[in-house]
Amino acid sequence: MNTQIVLDHGSGGLASQELIGSLFLRYLTNPHLHQLEDAAVLDGQAGRLAFSTDSYVVDPIFFPGGNIGELAVNGTINDLAMRGAKPLCLSLGLIIEEGLAMDTLEEIVRSIARACDYAGVPVVTGDTKVVPRGKADKIFINTSGIGVIRDGVEVSATQAVKDDVIILSGTLADHGITILTSREGLQVDGNLQSDTRPLHFLVQNILDQAAHAVHTMRDPTRGGLGTTLSEIAKTTGLCMEIEEKAIPVQGEVRAACELMGLDPLYLANEGKCVVFAAPEKAELILETMRATPEGRESAIIGRVTDVHPGRVVLTTISGGARLVEPLTGEPLPRIC
Amino acid sequence: MATPETRHLKISVQGIVQGVGFRPFVYNLAKKLALTGSVANTGQGVEIFISGPCRKTDRFLDLLKTEPPPLARISDIQVSDATQSPQADDFTIVPSADGSTKTTLISPDIATCTDCINDIFSSGNRRYHYPFTNCTNCGPRMTIIRHIPYDRTNTSMACFPMCPSCDGEYHDPTDRRFHAQPNACPRCGPVLSWHDRQGNRLCQDNKESLIHCASALAEGHIVVIKGLGGFHLAVDAASDESVRKLREKKNRYGKPLAVMAADLEKAGQVVFLGEEERELLSSQERPIVLAVKKENTLSPELAPGIRELGVMLPYTPLHHLLFTTPGCPQVLVMTSANLSDEPICTGNREALARLSGIADFFLFHNRDIVTRVDDSVARVVLGRKRMIRRSRGYVPVPLAIEGAERAILGCGAEQKNTFCLSRNGQAFVSQHIGDLKGPENMVFFEESIEYFRQVLEICPTEVACDLHGDYLSSRYAATLGLPLQRIQHHHAHAAAIMAEHDLDRGLAVIYDGAGLGDDATVWGGEILHVQGCRYERLAHLAHLALPGGDRATREIWRMGLSLLAGAGLDITRDSTLPGSLAAIPTGIRRTVATMMQKKINTPATSSVGRLFDAVASLLGIRQDVAFEGQAAMELETLAWSGWETTGPETASGRYSATITKKNNRLMLDYRPLVHWILEDLGREVPGPAIALSFHLWLVRSTLALLDHLSSRCSTSTILLGGGCFQNVLLLEMMTTGLEENGFRVFSGEQIPVNDGGIALGQVFITAITPSTITL
Ligand SMILES: [Fe+3]
Ligand SMILES: [Mg+2]
Ligand SMILES: [Zn+2]
Ligand SMILES: [Zn+2]
Repeated sequence: MNTQIVLDHGSGGLASQELIGSLFLRYLTNPHLHQLEDAAVLDGQAGRLAFSTDSYVVDPIFFPGGNIGELAVNGTINDLAMRGAKPLCLSLGLIIEEGLAMDTLEEIVRSIARACDYAGVPVVTGDTKVVPRGKADKIFINTSGIGVIRDGVEVSATQAVKDDVIILSGTLADHGITILTSREGLQVDGNLQSDTRPLHFLVQNILDQAAHAVHTMRDPTRGGLGTTLSEIAKTTGLCMEIEEKAIPVQGEVRAACELMGLDPLYLANEGKCVVFAAPEKAELILETMRATPEGRESAIIGRVTDVHPGRVVLTTISGGARLVEPLTGEPLPRIC
Repeated sequence: MATPETRHLKISVQGIVQGVGFRPFVYNLAKKLALTGSVANTGQGVEIFISGPCRKTDRFLDLLKTEPPPLARISDIQVSDATQSPQADDFTIVPSADGSTKTTLISPDIATCTDCINDIFSSGNRRYHYPFTNCTNCGPRMTIIRHIPYDRTNTSMACFPMCPSCDGEYHDPTDRRFHAQPNACPRCGPVLSWHDRQGNRLCQDNKESLIHCASALAEGHIVVIKGLGGFHLAVDAASDESVRKLREKKNRYGKPLAVMAADLEKAGQVVFLGEEERELLSSQERPIVLAVKKENTLSPELAPGIRELGVMLPYTPLHHLLFTTPGCPQVLVMTSANLSDEPICTGNREALARLSGIADFFLFHNRDIVTRVDDSVARVVLGRKRMIRRSRGYVPVPLAIEGAERAILGCGAEQKNTFCLSRNGQAFVSQHIGDLKGPENMVFFEESIEYFRQVLEICPTEVACDLHGDYLSSRYAATLGLPLQRIQHHHAHAAAIMAEHDLDRGLAVIYDGAGLGDDATVWGGEILHVQGCRYERLAHLAHLALPGGDRATREIWRMGLSLLAGAGLDITRDSTLPGSLAAIPTGIRRTVATMMQKKINTPATSSVGRLFDAVASLLGIRQDVAFEGQAAMELETLAWSGWETTGPETASGRYSATITKKNNRLMLDYRPLVHWILEDLGREVPGPAIALSFHLWLVRSTLALLDHLSSRCSTSTILLGGGCFQNVLLLEMMTTGLEENGFRVFSGEQIPVNDGGIALGQVFITAITPSTITL
């Protein structure tokens, strides 16, 4: 067998067959995939379906705390979970650059399998394409997922109401800062790690406890918590008041952010969610979140008010207040 | 009575003609000339009908133009023949008509006049010691007006019905208080009250409250004093302990605190005052005047490390009375009572809620502040007044701008925000709004735009904002749904000067902090050829890296490292660094080096403001700043002491102009400068001499550039703008150097060179931009 991916691996011919057999079916074992049919048929699904898709082009593809494969699995699981859905299954689409080491691909597929096993969400259909060198960067992954929403669950950005308590499931900016430092080869103190992990267990736990009290859930991925909260503020026309000192950030992450002049509020997370909960159930939800390993560091970070409609207001550590707005692109200096 | 030479005239006067004693002036003038007719306030201004002999009506018109009341500002007079002779055998003042179009200008708030000061200090006067005394020549205006026309019912004086004596004055055309809308006396007007920090009213009596206040200040307490356009936090400026306590509680370290001195004499004891400074200090606008500190008995904590101190004089009867209350310290810190990043409060309850953690006592009164207006700040450089912050006393006086006929809103910058509205050739720049990232400031911004739109009846049909789309002012502009022009920041700085001095062309030297350029780099050290609404960037400071973006503005050691790296030095090696920077751990320096090399959150900038920070860092003045501009101000202070000790001639002459050409663009090249500074540091040349040499280098290099460019563009008009020209030494040396070489030099005088002028520049460019509609 080749030690590198060649164009033939994506041809649909024998090389493709061989790749599927020796790699995908070897790791991603489940009856649906083994049928090798054109589509997976999911029997006996009742209720409302949630359907989501996302593409992963992260660079580097291996980083402290994970790799592009498990990121792709967890990312789509989390998108489903944020609507209150229980994820059922995923699709997996790979676009591979000619020349990628076979070992590398194998390692990615193996970690996809591991992530699927851990989450209990199988890949039931897939596709692989190979593009000539330079037409892609090593590997791009698309995953789509289907989930079921149980009765009585109504979670969306439009559901947040005044007085809701805003709970964050853990520390901010771990993924963003890890990717940046490892991509650029920056030496920073401490052990930075991506936080990639599935959140659907945590979500199911809080829905079990207080399904009606959960109004909105979002995973602050690209653009970070700042952008996510701004979107919810704009959608609802309400004011999100958050406290800087209540927002958990790991010491080494904070130090790295400060050194690089980056604001943890705008950096990506891959295993965190914000939950907007009715105040009377907030403590219960917080306790439930803290009782799950991925939510151990959950904290109440703020409240929904109507003081500054459509805006996010951060009370800084020094006691001042500052507006948090989504950025157009890269942050550009504003101090004149 | 009509003779063949009798004339009937209708005269319409526009400008600031209401609430400034204009109608009594007209009345008295008509009486004196024995003319009949009437005068009335309308929405457009003042309307006069007169009848009388031709000779006398001519004289009337003459005096109307040449001797209007002190606070009036006439922008236009229209005279026409009255079609019908008015049925009058007397001259009368007719009550205000509610005009349909409100083009009347409202007056700014004006310091207590000498007549009113005499009233409050004459023991027989019925306003003896009354803190709310005013007349048509002085007192609150913009800060109490809710709507126009300017009548008592439309102000926050509406809830104080006048007593018979006040009412008599108000209706007596010969009285100084004829139609003085805020007219009041101890019997009918507002009253002072004294509160503890829990809000308990300890007393409600003018005299008692002032006595409490004076002794609290003397005992070292922090007192909130309600003034005209907001609240002040006051402490005894001579008490180190009080000043330190205020800084601690206000969480404001390092930033200079302004003082109010009892009178000109006391002011002259703490700062050096030239004739122009004295005039400015005592002007009816009463701004805070920045002047060079003297050896004095005040706390050294007021403006540590900085050459100047901001001083103002009392501008309300309350201030005058407070200083004459026995025991009151004669110089008080009077700083606007906001928490960091928040606008001044307007309501008593709001002030209590926000300031009870800071102040020990509150001196309140029961006249509402309708519009918040901060104290203005100005200084005199080369004999001319230069505004630093244009607010109380100046706003909302418009600037005449040729060509600004359309209704345009300029939304300004993000920090030190002001906005600007134009119509009929006039531009109204708002009071200082502040940093829009503070949510309260953003509300203040939106409310003030509404207020200006309403009282000036300007409904903008076009809007202008900064090129930086993430400025909150730019975001706001984009929500208005109007045709929008995005204007480059430094072009707007230049345009503000063009607007003020009625220029249509010149070379603009804009030395500033940071603004987004049209090439997506960060500008701030630009020489622009401005012509009408266009600009061309002809030269700039060679690029510096800005490692960490805005963070490099606060942590200026980043700029120190950036400057060294830009000059080709290896910042990871200790031996190449001056001591102050070598102390930074190698790991951090290595990361910063990587950031610069790989451009991680490291934009390129041509900012001269950042160059000042970098040089301050190299000299070890400080490595972090507590407020924007701190290091640059300290570097300037150091250079002045170099000037005073060695003089410019003996300062190192090696710092000669260094200019390079790259891709056909001229650049100020800082690389030789860095090596000279390092050499001087190595030879232990004193800091003041190096600081001065740096200033000289910047001036020489700029002059050399301009020399070259002015012949290329065949212009000898130079505009100096951007925040760096708040540096007096730089402004003086540059202006003098240019004028000696035959240039005509213009800078911001009425309008600040800092970001407070951006909105005006935006409006000006938009106004003169030809319509894009083609036939
Ligand atoms: Fe600026
Ligand atoms: Mg997603
Ligand atoms: Zn007066
Ligand atoms: Zn009265």
